[in-house]
Amino acid sequence: MMEHLCTFDVDSLFIGIQITRIQEILRPQPVTPVPLTSSVILGLMSLRGQIVPVINLAERLGVQMKEGGADAFNVLIRTSDGPVSLLVDHVGDVVEVPSEAFEPAPDTLRPALRSLIRGAYKLEKRLLLALDAEAAIRVEY
Amino acid sequence: MGEFDDVIAEFLVESREGLDTLDRDLVALEDTPNSKELIGRIFRAIHTVKGTAGFLGFGKLESLTHAGESLLSRMRDGELRPSGSITSALLGTVDAVRVMLNEVESSGNDGDGDYSQLTEALKALCRGEEPAAAAAAPEPEPEPEPEPEPAPKPQAAAKPAPAPKPQPTAAAAKAPEPEITETPAQPAPQAAVPAPAAPAPAPAAMAAPAAAPAEERHAAAPVESVRVDLTLLDNLVDLAGELVLTRNHIVQLSKGRDDADLATATQRLNFVTAQLQDGIMRMRMQPVSNLFTKFPRVVRDLARSCRKLVRLELDGRDTELDKSLIETIKDPMVHLLRNCVDHGIETPEVRAKAGKHPEGRIVLRAYHQNGLVHIEVADDGNGIALDKVKKRGIERGLVTPERAEMMSDSEVASLIFLPGFSTAEAISNISGRGVGMDVVKTNVEQVGGTVEVDTRSGQGTTFILKIPLTLAIIPALVVRCADARFAIPQVSVIELVRLTSAKQSLEWIHGAPVFRLRGKLLPVVFLEEAMGGHVMPPAANDNAEEDDNAPSRFLAVVQGPGRQFGLVVDAVLDQQEIVVKPLPKLLAEIGAFAGATLLGDGRVALILDILGIAQRARIASEQLREDANLERARQQDQQRAKGMRTLLLLQGPDDARLAVPLEDVSRLETIDVNHLESGGQHQVLQYRGEIMPLLRTSELLPERRGRMRNEFGEKEEPKMLSVVVLGRPGRTLGLVVEDVLDVVETSTELRRVGVRQGVVGTLVVQNRVTEVLDLQWLVAAAGFDMTEEPSLAAG
Repeated sequence: MMEHLCTFDVDSLFIGIQITRIQEILRPQPVTPVPLTSSVILGLMSLRGQIVPVINLAERLGVQMKEGGADAFNVLIRTSDGPVSLLVDHVGDVVEVPSEAFEPAPDTLRPALRSLIRGAYKLEKRLLLALDAEAAIRVEY
Repeated sequence: MGEFDDVIAEFLVESREGLDTLDRDLVALEDTPNSKELIGRIFRAIHTVKGTAGFLGFGKLESLTHAGESLLSRMRDGELRPSGSITSALLGTVDAVRVMLNEVESSGNDGDGDYSQLTEALKALCRGEEPAAAAAAPEPEPEPEPEPEPAPKPQAAAKPAPAPKPQPTAAAAKAPEPEITETPAQPAPQAAVPAPAAPAPAPAAMAAPAAAPAEERHAAAPVESVRVDLTLLDNLVDLAGELVLTRNHIVQLSKGRDDADLATATQRLNFVTAQLQDGIMRMRMQPVSNLFTKFPRVVRDLARSCRKLVRLELDGRDTELDKSLIETIKDPMVHLLRNCVDHGIETPEVRAKAGKHPEGRIVLRAYHQNGLVHIEVADDGNGIALDKVKKRGIERGLVTPERAEMMSDSEVASLIFLPGFSTAEAISNISGRGVGMDVVKTNVEQVGGTVEVDTRSGQGTTFILKIPLTLAIIPALVVRCADARFAIPQVSVIELVRLTSAKQSLEWIHGAPVFRLRGKLLPVVFLEEAMGGHVMPPAANDNAEEDDNAPSRFLAVVQGPGRQFGLVVDAVLDQQEIVVKPLPKLLAEIGAFAGATLLGDGRVALILDILGIAQRARIASEQLREDANLERARQQDQQRAKGMRTLLLLQGPDDARLAVPLEDVSRLETIDVNHLESGGQHQVLQYRGEIMPLLRTSELLPERRGRMRNEFGEKEEPKMLSVVVLGRPGRTLGLVVEDVLDVVETSTELRRVGVRQGVVGTLVVQNRVTEVLDLQWLVAAAGFDMTEEPSLAAG
């Protein structure tokens, strides 16, 4: 059983999301900040007339964005409440990984990170962290 | 008979919709047993069926749903946890209700099935016992035997059209076709009057005697109305919304370009879009009478069951409202009426003792005000017992005793809108479970409306629902605050004041900013601060000079809960029609935003929720004498009735005092001279998507201008003009004045002797001779064709 994950970088983390969860990937769009809410929420953008919240994934994961997000991308996740965008540093390839390579999140991960990571896939060179997209877009403020 | 059928048909449609979602929700509840929201929704659905079944006298249906409701009520309060057997019993209930609804449809009563076993099971569960294993879902009669008589079915199918008369058009036109002839066998006995010319069984029995002429008439007059699928209409509304956005975008793009052709095409686009939008919105409008006609019976039945005498008066039935809004407020209205009859109106004996007419009176009134539809439900009962409400609020933990002490009467009264509140001592069949009022509030707020309650001990209670005319597209003010742009719905904005720092600055009382508006103190909120920024009060030694250099800001006077307040913004950018888009759920709970919209440049802007901002800024808790405000409003109404007139006092050239009736003034604006353009014989201004001609008082009243020139020479024109916008959308004109002075009320008769052109008369206001401008003349001077729009001139 193989799984298809879209990969991207957030700081030094190598993150994957199942491609079925992803609606589309966009270059950064103008974002309108929303006051009075969590700093994790960058603001709102317009996706062909639809209002879409943008989440700073680096901030969500408790790391820094590379170069202030110069090469950032919007990864739009499908949800029942319309798409939500995760802003990531750089979008990589779609990788095919065998389910056997999956392991639960290692205990050494920081707690803030662990709650958002389903587990890790052992690739040849590095570990691919599987993001729990639901948890990542459940922002409390 | 017909009306009753309508009520039942509606009940059936509605209940069935409710049942379909119930099935889904009940199943979902098994997965997420702790969801308060789900339990609440299920509870309300069952409650609604029960309530309506009660009015309509379907006793079995009512008692079964009552048992189900009691069970759910305990679950809602957290006393029972959902379990498999509870879900099964509730699903069984849903099935049984369905069977009974089928019975109601075919036979007109709720059938003779026996549901006592199921009811007992529900009651047992309610007591916390596990019912006898078999009772989980007692077979509620197999399926109803296949339609006893064939007739009712087609009849019922044709029913959903509540309109009693328009039917014949289609029916009569089709009548000659032979196949249809046999279907409605039923009307035949009624139409005993032979209709020899056409043996067509025109289903409209009333029309039958004159079948032939009727047919001619129909042939001559083509169909004048079409029934359109609502989803198609909704699509059109959405598309119109998109079109408005695109129009805004194009208008903005064309502004930066010096291209006459583009400008013409843009204006044309602008015009057509406005018309289209208006038309589409109007397609959805319906008179509230569609809603109101259902209520007299509801009230009558309720009154009977409570042994009270109640008379219902309807007022303003022609007031129109968007169809979807009518649907939304239907339930709240029923709840309010129920409340009035059950809790508001006293029994005839009590009323007689209190010296009132034994027959209670409920007035249902609909009218337009400030771009909102107001619907009042007023009873002349005993009023809300505020001390009881307070006590109950504390008991239920809805409010702390300290807080309760500090609350104003109207704040106490609004406690009844909190979820889980109920003052009825005994849980009556009709109301008193404390669902009603919070449903009212939630439903109304969902569509951007508000509910207010005004109660007077011993004299009655008035509920006022304020509903926006339509959803989707609203006029709004786009403002800038720091680097962000926000939209403020026009309905909340009462006026705009430019804060030129030297003359009209804010005052600070203990660090709280206030503004003196025509002698009254207005609490002030800095939008920047409300949005999480910080605004420091100026230090005491700040010199005025520094102050003068600060860029001027604007104060938007807005309507908060019960009182007005000022919102300070950095700049007012634009006034435009915006398309309201709901906020993503992720952000829905902030409370300060009513939604989001796309501006002309395609970027997102947040729409401010003025009530939410007031609450954040604690304006709400001050609630300065709301009663006094109501009293003042009432006085104003009376004055108008007595021939009082309210005038806007203006300063014309050469210190002349001028006035226009306030009711003809739609807005006051301050406009940058650079925005003026020339068009035809007047200067014009692009104003809210229209081209507004500008008239200058100095040109209108030439003799004054002459004198001014002699004395002062040609004055340099100021950069900003005060403009009084007269008329109404589609036909506005701007009057440029030196200054706007005041609003006064006067009952003085106009002196019409010796007035000059452009003036209807003179009167003395504030010890000054004041000329009241002749609007009819102004309109003509602006070059409007008077025959088209007489109402503007009717001032």
